Amino acid sequence: MSSPKPVYPYIPNSVPAVKEQMLREVGAASIEEFYSDIPENLRFKGKLNLPEPLLSEAELIRHVDGLLNKNRSTREVLSFLGAGCYQHQVPAVCDEINSRGEFLTAYAGDPYEDHGRFQALFEYESMMAELLNMDVVNVPNYDGFQAAATALRMAARITDRTTVLLPVNMGADKFSKVHEYLKPDMTIERIPFDPKSGLLDLAALKAKLSEQVAAVYFENPTYLGLLETQADQISSMAHAAGALSVVSVEPLSLGVLRPPVEYGADIVCGDIQSLGIHMQYGGGHGGFIAANDDPKFVMEFPSRLFGVAPTVVEGEYGFGDVAYERTSFAQREEGKEWVGTAAALWGITAGVYLALMGPQGMVEIGEGIMQLCRYAMKKIAAIRGMKVTFAETPHFTEFVVNFDGAGKRAAQVNQALLERDIFGGKDLSSEFLALGQSILFCVSEVHILADLDRLVTALKEVVK
Amino acid sequence: MKPITPKPMPHRFHQARWDESVIFELSQPGARGVLLPPVEAGIEQEVGNPARALPEAVRRTVPPALPEMSQIHVLRHYARLSQENLGVDLNIDVGQGTCTMKYSPKVNDQLTRTPKLTELHPLQDESTVQGILEVMYRLEGMLKEISGMDRVTLQPGAGSAAIYTNICMIRAYHAARGEDKQRDEVITTIFSHPSNAAAAKVAGYKVITLYPDADGYPDLEALKAAAFERTAALLITNPEDTGIFNPRIAEFVRIIHEAGGLCSYDQANANGILGITRAREAGFDLCHFNLHKTFSTPHGCGGPAAGASGVTARLAPFLPVPTVEFNGQKYYLDYNRPQSIGKVRPFYGVMPNILRAYAWIMSLGADGLREVAEVAVLNNNYLLKKVLEVRGVSAPYAKGKRRIEQVRYSWEQLYQETGVHSEEIETRVADFGMHYWTSHHPYIVPEPMTLEPTESYSRADLDEYAAMLKQISDEAYTNPEIIKTAPHNSTVHRTHQEPFDNPDEWALTWRAYLRKTGLPYPSPSSPAETLPERRGE
Repeated sequence: MSSPKPVYPYIPNSVPAVKEQMLREVGAASIEEFYSDIPENLRFKGKLNLPEPLLSEAELIRHVDGLLNKNRSTREVLSFLGAGCYQHQVPAVCDEINSRGEFLTAYAGDPYEDHGRFQALFEYESMMAELLNMDVVNVPNYDGFQAAATALRMAARITDRTTVLLPVNMGADKFSKVHEYLKPDMTIERIPFDPKSGLLDLAALKAKLSEQVAAVYFENPTYLGLLETQADQISSMAHAAGALSVVSVEPLSLGVLRPPVEYGADIVCGDIQSLGIHMQYGGGHGGFIAANDDPKFVMEFPSRLFGVAPTVVEGEYGFGDVAYERTSFAQREEGKEWVGTAAALWGITAGVYLALMGPQGMVEIGEGIMQLCRYAMKKIAAIRGMKVTFAETPHFTEFVVNFDGAGKRAAQVNQALLERDIFGGKDLSSEFLALGQSILFCVSEVHILADLDRLVTALKEVVK
Repeated sequence: MKPITPKPMPHRFHQARWDESVIFELSQPGARGVLLPPVEAGIEQEVGNPARALPEAVRRTVPPALPEMSQIHVLRHYARLSQENLGVDLNIDVGQGTCTMKYSPKVNDQLTRTPKLTELHPLQDESTVQGILEVMYRLEGMLKEISGMDRVTLQPGAGSAAIYTNICMIRAYHAARGEDKQRDEVITTIFSHPSNAAAAKVAGYKVITLYPDADGYPDLEALKAAAFERTAALLITNPEDTGIFNPRIAEFVRIIHEAGGLCSYDQANANGILGITRAREAGFDLCHFNLHKTFSTPHGCGGPAAGASGVTARLAPFLPVPTVEFNGQKYYLDYNRPQSIGKVRPFYGVMPNILRAYAWIMSLGADGLREVAEVAVLNNNYLLKKVLEVRGVSAPYAKGKRRIEQVRYSWEQLYQETGVHSEEIETRVADFGMHYWTSHHPYIVPEPMTLEPTESYSRADLDEYAAMLKQISDEAYTNPEIIKTAPHNSTVHRTHQEPFDNPDEWALTWRAYLRKTGLPYPSPSSPAETLPERRGE
């Protein structure tokens, strides 16, 4: 038995009388007439097999809450997970701004209807530019993986070379993305890291550099949390071979860490999730790419680039697309890679974050995180059977702990921590075989002394 | 008192005009927007301040010249900018054709704001994320049913990313059969989204583009001529940007299959055909949806969006990792897929939009989805009738036929008679508080305009949009100056475009603007180089 079709709150013209009137006005006997071009054999017969609808808000909320309440979040469980997605305090104003319907529900209008998003994204580019000390930053692309992949393709186009050197100490997921992206016409070679310092093996780099190499790519901090103190040498070596230096950086670190351009980076890329965007189970990523204001570089960006210009009225800032003709919107497959909907609202959000933090906030968060990280490393290193790998190299927010000395597998450690209501770190045992049974822990400004001590105590129990 | 005159159609709009400064001009040295938790004495005593002891090679010496602002000033600045922006929440958003600008239900936004989603880390133990994994599993199931495909991945970040994902799977499929070197061409159509062509090129393919025949359908003869043993795939939108459904689509698929290629259906915008026709019935091997189009998730000024790629069983081994599986007891992530193309983005997808799309489908069900499609199509054909009553506009191709969910119109006659271009109309539309889109390039249809009314607008809304077009058309014939000098009621006036294409003048950031215009940098209100000591315990 089926009840009559409801009038749907989201569908104004689902009112039967309105539909009838409109059909009459267009001279159609039924809606079926509009589909007359779709042949019978292509028609889906019957009714889609979907769950019965929850037509009211109350039913829907009850249902979705019922599902989501099965989750336990990092608000409930002390977490030391990082590895590409970071738990930070998201200022309330970030959420307030990105929840505003004017921004949330807008799309691709031109600068006269959507002046606000053009200005907000120009300001995002501008504040990122201060952080990075570079003059050109894109409207966000999808995420840090895409940013790295595109930065490397840009380098290949700029140098007219096809080989890129990627470090072994990058994350496996990011490597997977970059590899698939470059595969058709580029060659990837890997540069190992020094087993003692965890930093790039410069002798191996030197051996791989040649006039085929378009770019040397490295990360700072590295995936394993280390600061690449040889950055100047790496860039110099790349440049000496006619290659570009491409650096992926954590923007949140740049209150205290040197902007890559100052150690010779030609293209800088990364992810903005740390800048005021919730983790959302990995759903909060956005990518940035930055370069100096050189048309040779600018013309190779696939992304939208918003710029400022005067209007016909003195005293007004107008905004618009810079060098639009380079994009796939303008030139399809003759454009630079492709451009499409990506992560603009996260760009606006990251701008809000940087404005709230200001220079002082960025310095303080960087310093504070490094203090917490050092404290945790020091206390854990003192536990018998545990070793902080690469302990002598400076760290930012993450560090590797090896459990081989305690005879424990990383998975066992994480399981034991979970039983104590702690999310341990990322298990590296399959991703970096050379590191043995190791875990990558992450701390941030959300942690306090007591949290770190709780982790230390739990780890002591685990290896007892 | 006399009755007040009722509102005219279209309404006399004026956009917000706050005359807002660029954020750097609002800086007050010393001001703070947020404070951080103090570093506890126990930590400071133990480790000192390692950042200040960093080697010079990695230590920043000059703090970034970010603006310094109190919290309310940051809030007010962005709140004002938001008012100078036109979301679906505010306007009759039928003018951004192909974008499927529909209502994004507020309850779904609310659902995404729970810490049970926002504060989940993607590497948490599976036992602690059963709820969100179930949402992903269930949404995949629904999209399988809606497309007829056997598996769907939710990992791609948006529509173009989903197109790219599909091409990677196509490439992997041919590689697994040893045919990847041989099959180096991809065929698409000019009325398919440009990313089909562009992403295929990135993936290493030569791109063949089919143009429409006299009736506006992709040229079947041209397809037959193009399909051969080097064809890797056909990437095709249907209905195309013209809103015309290609009734021979199954024949297109057959021809490509006979040549040994695969067929990928661009269903970014499936709004007019939900529950009516599916990729499966037309014989496709892959398809993709944009959750931010058909499935109502908000467009966010250009993302975050979400894409979903569907495949038949023979392509399933190549899906990105991980897939979400259910073993009868628990949901889990499966990475053990040796033929996978790997990752297309970090982790598993744009989760807030995955949740919104799930909630949207749950709130409509099968009947509701069909109602969405039918009303979207009714609205489109109603608007078509109204627009064709406006002087100077036509709907090329498929004369006298109905359209599906959108129409690509032409103002060619208006241009010939008045000299007013479609792009000038676009700017004038801003004066009425609505959007307007011409089309992607190249302009196959001269002086194009693409309108897509979706299911979210009432008859009165559509009447108002048509009334606006009529007024602008009247202006073109009587007072074209008002169009050529538009906008008049916007936040700003006509912007000089030359600097955007001149490397000596373009300014992509505030610092570049200061440098290129000879203004001091850092600007006078920029932060002092030496910052005060941090707040301690």
